[in-house]
Amino acid sequence: MLSSGVYSLMADRYIEPDTPELRARWGAFAWTAENAEKAKEIVARYPEGRQRSAVMPLLDLAQRQVGAELNTQGWLPIPVMEYVAAYLSMPIIRVVEVATFYTMYNIAPIGRFHVQVCGTTPCMLRGSDDIIAACKKRGMKAGHITDDGLWSFTEVECMGNCASAPMVQINDDNYEDLTPADMERILDELAAGKQPKTGTQLPGRHTVEPAGALSNLTAMVGENHDYRGEW
Amino acid sequence: MPKLKVDGVELEVPTGATVLQACELAGKEIPRFCYHERLSIAGNCRMCLVEVKPGPPKPQASCALPAAEGQEIRTDSEMVKKAREGVMEFLLINHPLDCPICDQGGECDLQDQSVAYGRGGSRYHESKRAVTEKYMGPLIKTVMTRCIHCTRCVRFSEEIAGVDEIGALYRGESTQISTYLEHAAKHELSANVIDLCPVGALTSRPYAFEARPWELKKTLSIDVSDAVGANIRLDSRGREVLRALPRVNDDVNEEWLSDRGRYMVDGLTRRRLDKPWLRRDGKLQAASWAEAFDAIARINPGSSVAVIAGDQVDCETMFAAKKLAGALGSSLLEGRQTGMAYDTSSLAAVNFNSTLAGIEDADAILIVGSQIRDEAPLLNVRLRKAVKKGAKVFIIGPAWEPTYPATFLGDDAATLNALPADVADVFAKAAKPAIIIGAAGIVKGAREAGLAFAEKFNLVREGWNGFNVVHMAAARMGGLMLGYAQKGGLADIVAAKPKLVISLGADEVDWTQFAGSMIVHIGHHGDKAAHVADVILPGAAYSEKDGTYVNTEGRVQYAEKAVFAPGDAREDWSVLRAMADALKVSVGFDSFDELRIAMIADVPALGAEGLADYGALPAAPAGAKAEGVIAGYPIKDRYLTNAICRASPTLQRCSAELLHGESFAEAAE
Repeated sequence: MLSSGVYSLMADRYIEPDTPELRARWGAFAWTAENAEKAKEIVARYPEGRQRSAVMPLLDLAQRQVGAELNTQGWLPIPVMEYVAAYLSMPIIRVVEVATFYTMYNIAPIGRFHVQVCGTTPCMLRGSDDIIAACKKRGMKAGHITDDGLWSFTEVECMGNCASAPMVQINDDNYEDLTPADMERILDELAAGKQPKTGTQLPGRHTVEPAGALSNLTAMVGENHDYRGEW
Repeated sequence: MPKLKVDGVELEVPTGATVLQACELAGKEIPRFCYHERLSIAGNCRMCLVEVKPGPPKPQASCALPAAEGQEIRTDSEMVKKAREGVMEFLLINHPLDCPICDQGGECDLQDQSVAYGRGGSRYHESKRAVTEKYMGPLIKTVMTRCIHCTRCVRFSEEIAGVDEIGALYRGESTQISTYLEHAAKHELSANVIDLCPVGALTSRPYAFEARPWELKKTLSIDVSDAVGANIRLDSRGREVLRALPRVNDDVNEEWLSDRGRYMVDGLTRRRLDKPWLRRDGKLQAASWAEAFDAIARINPGSSVAVIAGDQVDCETMFAAKKLAGALGSSLLEGRQTGMAYDTSSLAAVNFNSTLAGIEDADAILIVGSQIRDEAPLLNVRLRKAVKKGAKVFIIGPAWEPTYPATFLGDDAATLNALPADVADVFAKAAKPAIIIGAAGIVKGAREAGLAFAEKFNLVREGWNGFNVVHMAAARMGGLMLGYAQKGGLADIVAAKPKLVISLGADEVDWTQFAGSMIVHIGHHGDKAAHVADVILPGAAYSEKDGTYVNTEGRVQYAEKAVFAPGDAREDWSVLRAMADALKVSVGFDSFDELRIAMIADVPALGAEGLADYGALPAAPAGAKAEGVIAGYPIKDRYLTNAICRASPTLQRCSAELLHGESFAEAAE
């Protein structure tokens, strides 16, 4: 049943339990000197009395700092959320609400690379099933970090790259126009510590301009054209 | 004042009203879950959909839509009917069909509204979601699968209680309402979310599986756990009060109730004095009423009698005891059990003159020696509202956590005599300045110094009286009106060495001072006074007798009898009447009605519900100065402030768990 699949996916998102070990590891979290500067700059963007608005960029900053420390994409342990709450003098529950609402905040430990494959209709029609299969072959599955600590996997809904489907987002980068072979190569390069070419993987395509020859709206190439009479 | 049409009927509504309010003014019932008069508008349940022209051709959420000139609103169209059915169907998709085992059954908004506005049946065959229970402490039981995410509880704790501890985690269909890391809700008003919850997600833990609402007899009563006098409804079955719920009274408690007042009723069936006891050979032994009265008659006190009233007695009881003492020739009456001895020649100088509703309008407030959250939780709600409107609050006394921004000016009561220049400036410029003096301040002379403060900053002006004293005992203002005050306080009574001391539930007195007296305790709980009494005459608790109470703002209110007192216990006035016979004097009344008539003849203000008039604020005594360091506040444990609370297992657990950090293992269910 479709719905049960959806449920298991959702249930994968949970707050990492607050344990003494977690407290011991992250209780002393504080901005690095560099991030302390950045945090100040971020808070200053908001008008006086509205400093709490900085919670989203600060959570992102905190997540990145945790990531840098762990050499992963980074996540938000409870003590880190508490640190951000204290930094902005706001109730901790309000911070947790934000962190749990937005899926770009990882609220449980995550691998070195967070592979987010789009499975929505345009990507699916263009072969995202094969891309997912390529990921699964390496032991990736939802809500799970592979044993080597490299991969976390999530099947996500539309990421807005339908013109260059299928696509995958890995950490901060998008990889588009994928074939399973491209996917294999990208994952290999990442695992080897190299930075694969981001964006479209089609040779000759730069962004999401028409691949190959223009197939529609051809009359508009040279000048504006009113198509309405032809509908 | 926009003019609009609701279902074809034209009416004018106040500016700023919403479409929902306009419909209500037109007498139309609009179903709703998330909308609540006293909370901010959320607009997330979508149950209040109506058709509005002009506007987009779709139903509109009436709670969040401002009423505007010329609107044509329909609440009875086919579109509205279908929209409500649709919303209800969606709400019920993930709501379990467990009404038979749900404590909200019979008083559930979802149940009622699905009957009134829903489809006949469900078309949903897929799996429902389930949500794990969240621990919210000893008072709130959660069944989160039933939650429809109206967020009333979230808005209550943030806006009214001022304690951000409940939030909506995750998103969309995965949304869950939880406290932070499932810590117990710890503030003094936490159980109000139970009333607010429109479904059975948050229910009362101590009341779980106790009764159905239709089995209960509902009695209008007054909360005696503090001096605010919250209006409550006691729900009883047979001889037992099962729960207390707040009633709406905008002048007093709005529609909230402190946790202490709500769960105190659990103590009404425990540790009760249900038969007379007599001290024989140093030991209390059960006795008959006749034996008890014989023992009292034998002491033959003459006029050497004193009466000490407890914190929870009603005016009628105090008046009956006053008549008895008077008939014996004594006027030794005192209610301030801890020995406070402030001047009571003008009751305006010991009253909360701004009134509880009025203090919301104050723009500068000085609190002297009062931990408001413990001493008058519902007053704290008002202060929070005042601060939201822009009031500045300053506090003299040891630090506590107010639920609003406030400036602490230190522990030294003498600060009141000469405020720092910037603070004095705020009060000098305020349109409605106010001072609130608590017991910890009074003992340091803050009441007299407060009167001087009132003169200096002109606290009494046209339409405003900013001088306030906050009491903690439900019986205090009534007692003072009936003359339960000696010039020197309790010390005068001690000095008089009365042969016979009548305790009216006076459990807070240091009884070692009366070692030479015969102590007759008329009370309902086996608490401190019962331990030292020579004769115990079992009386009635507030739920077991009609009574008049006067709250800290001088508001006279009547409570009704919900259940009979247990065992041989009798209503206090009849015990005192019988005692008069035993002592062979006449008190001049033979029934409760006669007693009440005599009391009203004596103190006419007690005969009319509402604010009593105490006259003008007196001048400050010459050279009045507050002195000394306010070392602490009188309430050490906010859950165990009186004999009934101390007998309540629920409040005992609250005290142990929430104040003293003991952990309780959850029973496996």
